[in-house]
Amino acid sequence: MTMTAASAAPVIDALDLTKTYTIGENVVRALQGATLKIYPGDLLAIMGPSGSGKSTLMNILGCLDQPTSGTYRLDGVDVKGLKDDQLAEVRNHKIGFVFQSFNLLRRTNALNNVEQPLIYGGVNARERRTRALAALEAVGLGQRWRHAANELSGGQQQRVAIARALVSEPAIILADEPTGNLDSKSGAEIMCLFQRLNEEKGITIIFVTHDPRIAGHCRRIIRISDGKIVADEVNPSPLQACSDIPEA
Amino acid sequence: MFLVETLQLAFQTLRANKMRAILTLLGISIGVGAVIALISIGTGVRRYVTDQFTSAGTNLILVSPGRMQRGMSGGVFAQPAQLTMSDWQAVSSNVQDTLLTGVAFNRSTTILYAGKQSAVTVNGVTPSVAEINNWTVSAGRFLDEADTSSRARVIVLGTSVVKDLFDDGDDPVGQTVRINGLTFRVIGTLNSKGSSFLGDQDAIAFTPITTAQERLFGTLSVGNNGERLISTMYLQAVDDAHRAGVQTQAINVLADKRKIAPGEANDFTVISQTELVNSFGVILSALTIFLGAIAAISLLVGGVGIMNIMLVSVTERTREIGLRKAIGAKSNAILNQFLVEAVVLSLIGGVVGIGIGIAGAALATQLAGIAAIVEPGPIALAVGFSTLVGLFFGLWPARRASRLNPIEALRFE
Repeated sequence: MTMTAASAAPVIDALDLTKTYTIGENVVRALQGATLKIYPGDLLAIMGPSGSGKSTLMNILGCLDQPTSGTYRLDGVDVKGLKDDQLAEVRNHKIGFVFQSFNLLRRTNALNNVEQPLIYGGVNARERRTRALAALEAVGLGQRWRHAANELSGGQQQRVAIARALVSEPAIILADEPTGNLDSKSGAEIMCLFQRLNEEKGITIIFVTHDPRIAGHCRRIIRISDGKIVADEVNPSPLQACSDIPEA
Repeated sequence: MFLVETLQLAFQTLRANKMRAILTLLGISIGVGAVIALISIGTGVRRYVTDQFTSAGTNLILVSPGRMQRGMSGGVFAQPAQLTMSDWQAVSSNVQDTLLTGVAFNRSTTILYAGKQSAVTVNGVTPSVAEINNWTVSAGRFLDEADTSSRARVIVLGTSVVKDLFDDGDDPVGQTVRINGLTFRVIGTLNSKGSSFLGDQDAIAFTPITTAQERLFGTLSVGNNGERLISTMYLQAVDDAHRAGVQTQAINVLADKRKIAPGEANDFTVISQTELVNSFGVILSALTIFLGAIAAISLLVGGVGIMNIMLVSVTERTREIGLRKAIGAKSNAILNQFLVEAVVLSLIGGVVGIGIGIAGAALATQLAGIAAIVEPGPIALAVGFSTLVGLFFGLWPARRASRLNPIEALRFE
């Protein structure tokens, strides 16, 4: 972690976030006071076993959900009290999601898949196409924009999903177990792509995972357990995914 | 989200589920087709009936005993009202602006010839009645004034009567037929007017009115005041502009003659052909609307089909909806997406339905021999209605989709 990154304004500034659900008569305290700051250009992993509250934290960081208490500023915007449609707008402009199961429109071609966030952002057709093609180029699929999602391999589908996350030039990319559905080679290639995007373009990437191999590629690891952040550590020597892609 | 993108998306989705889309829109197509076909057939029947009336003569005014209300005989009188020859004299000598006038006395009876018989309405008429009602002779001649003044036992037969009594190839003209024990010489036969909903128009025979009243029906033709009765007066106005005037004159002359006090109901009816046509038109229009409404029910059923499919589609695409929300779709964008999809389905269904409806109308024309008339009004109505159906039945599934929680939707298996 460099000092220049630390001196900039944090892109994520969360203070004492809590989340309480009531399921029947049981009150579940999924998040019990999480405080964290994430600076632009960071590459970090939020780790924890299932049930630890990491999904709840991700949903709040991703503006899919509101905390029960605490404050959350994303890229300078106080998210608290925003209505559903306002949250949608924040997600559209500031967050790129990458999911374990890709979540592409199956019969739709790669270009069109990547264009989707721009459609909701009200970008005109010509600009959408240019930007979507550039995003596909950036993930190494510039030649395959015509292919429907279900004609692509798992690794390629995840690349399309990453292009879709990149296309709106978000403040952060939230990747939820992005290699969970991939074989180890494709997984390594995807990690390589994330690292390259982070290094070359300075894109802030947050992984949410229980996979130590993903965490090993990050510069910072936040561990969460029973709804609390239990560790926030710097990884002095992250693994370089691009150099250890196994031979096919 | 913009309309163009929403439309593109709807077509993409429908293309991706072609079979399902086709089956769904078939329901709407059949509904729209049925509405168009039935209304076209109804319109055709109405036109046919109108033409039938018009063939009876234009600018025609009919005077008959008793009061008619909205085309139904509904008057209640101490004695059944009767019109007599003196009423006819008053009308024919006082009503102006007529081209032709005529009078008839008719009764149903049986004509016999060579052991065969034919049930028929015998019309005792003045010679002008043929021309007023567009009857033409196919052989021989029609009645003339000499027949009337001599009370001649001559008769002109309609084609159904000829068919009943004579073999093919026999010439009826000059033959002698019997009615009520009297012999009549056949002097002519009529061209067919065909049968219609009014019954067989050709089951008719004409004799001079004097013969019918004084020789054939005897006491049957004598009214309560001892005068000879009549059944119908025919008044043909010189042109359309004088029709209403002639009608009013006839009413005034008769009310005066029959000493009907002002404010008292007339015990006779003066009705123009146009009014008759209109009153039938009203009945047939109502019938057409009724048929259309029944067909519209099938449109509603088609709409339920759309709702069903859209609900399935929403469930199936829960993850897609979750994703769209995650990448920034607002609730309205999702609502519009599903709504437009439903409307596009019903609109395509409607367009296909126009084809089905026109084909159905053509088929009905072939089978029934009455030309169905396809008009743009019912087409617009049917397609408009089907679009509304799509909108209405698409709304609930679309709202469900738009209200999904993105976290749960993304987790949906």
